[in-house]
Amino acid sequence: MCGIAGLYSKQPSVSEHLGEHLAEMLGQLAERGPDSVGVAIYRHPATPGARKLTLHAAGEVDWGTVTSELPYLRVDAHGSHALLLTEASAEEIEALLGARDGPPVRVVSAGSTIEIYKQAGSVSDVLEQIGLRAMRGSHAIGHTRMATESRVTTEHSHPFSTGLDLCLVHNGSLSNHNRLRERLRAEGVRFQTDNDSEVAAGYLMWRLREGDTLEQALEGCLSDLDGFYTFAVGTADGFAVLRDPIACKPAVMAETDEWVAMASEYRAIAMLPGAADATLWEPEPGRVYSWGGVPA
Amino acid sequence: MSEALPTVAPPASGQEPAIDLDLARVSVRELNLDLQARESGRVRVHSPAGRHNLAVGLRGAVRVEILGHAGYYCAGMNEHAHVRIEGNAGVGVAENMMSGRVEVMRSTSQSAGASAHGGLLVVHGDAAARAAISLKGADVVVRGSVGHLAAFMGQSGRLVVCGDAGEALGDSLYEATLFIRGSVAGLGADCVEKEMRPAHVAELADLLEAASIDDVSAEDFRRYGSARTLYHFNSEHAGHY
Repeated sequence: MCGIAGLYSKQPSVSEHLGEHLAEMLGQLAERGPDSVGVAIYRHPATPGARKLTLHAAGEVDWGTVTSELPYLRVDAHGSHALLLTEASAEEIEALLGARDGPPVRVVSAGSTIEIYKQAGSVSDVLEQIGLRAMRGSHAIGHTRMATESRVTTEHSHPFSTGLDLCLVHNGSLSNHNRLRERLRAEGVRFQTDNDSEVAAGYLMWRLREGDTLEQALEGCLSDLDGFYTFAVGTADGFAVLRDPIACKPAVMAETDEWVAMASEYRAIAMLPGAADATLWEPEPGRVYSWGGVPA
Repeated sequence: MSEALPTVAPPASGQEPAIDLDLARVSVRELNLDLQARESGRVRVHSPAGRHNLAVGLRGAVRVEILGHAGYYCAGMNEHAHVRIEGNAGVGVAENMMSGRVEVMRSTSQSAGASAHGGLLVVHGDAAARAAISLKGADVVVRGSVGHLAAFMGQSGRLVVCGDAGEALGDSLYEATLFIRGSVAGLGADCVEKEMRPAHVAELADLLEAASIDDVSAEDFRRYGSARTLYHFNSEHAGHY
């Protein structure tokens, strides 16, 4: 069991409180995922020529020291995470980070607007640490994890980056992830853990790299992934949702003039303003739903 | 198994004074303890906000109106009570109902009426996947459509769908009876269409009336049931399981 939530704002009044709304949603999903929490929030587009990278440190680090060796335009520390605005690529920064001593620091997201914050721990503690409630943004997805098949660490936590401005959260379990991981490794996709959801993220990354649209890549999941899943995929302009063909894992969607939301359970949507009058439905199995501009 | 009891009559709204309970003020456990202690009367439940396990294990002929959307397992294990949900209901509404009446004014998530032994579940919108799964004697009437695997392994009771049915309808069916008005995306293993005789039309008309659905005609339905070839394992049928 895990909890997933997504919120897409159509009005400035919702964007202003996006972090607060997502925090309320994830609070309702805490029972579905006591092990770790993560969010991807889309906001503050990077200046032209630059990109935003979110870094995560696996232990105590002084971000001033860590970033002193890196090329950057700006850095904001958020506890165990730091947001870097840089003209360098994620690969260049990863190479520089890999060469340093001390606790490992990884790039967890890269793009123009995406920021990913995730950590092992309870919903209330983690959201407090990353300061989600104060964040504004255009849209966001989040995840509360109850681990069923691999370790409880921040590295095993969702969302998983699937490319520039793209990320994935997953409720379910995949049964063919070991074989698929080997196949994707042969295609040059890199993995950091033995987690099944990271394989789904790597699969999407590979299909997109090969030229699929996001919709095509998600439809590919229906034939290439074996197991149970409800996915929410964050994109630069919105999010997409897919459930496995037999709908093993729950999902509810809702829309008003102010927002579009998805969550594992309705109680997470009930927290949103105007939820009582929202158009509400259960996404059909095996069908891709998307909001905002989904990259071609 | 409880003794057979008549279905509680549908409400003529507003005629009986109600007690109001607000889930913004009382816990789900307090609500359930209160409702379980009642043998009659009418209770309105405010601020359900998708909470799980509302109005479960009721044993008296109490009328409960849930004023909004309910979460998982609402009205589970119901006996004698009449529970009306004004909004949508989550997974497993009226699961294992023994008797009484549960009415959902909008749609439900999956496994509506799962394993229900008796009573009547009415869904005025759509029910999702696995509606009436493992049905054991209750009547489930859906005004809209149902998703895949409806009435999977249904043992007895009746499922009525005024709209369409998804894939694998009635898979591995025992003796439940299925009445479908719209299209069927596909029949599950051992589920076949059967003749709709006048007695079935009359039986269905009574059921629709009991469900207070008066805008469809019993004449327009088709009947499905078990071909009874999978009751006992036979290696020749291994491919059908």
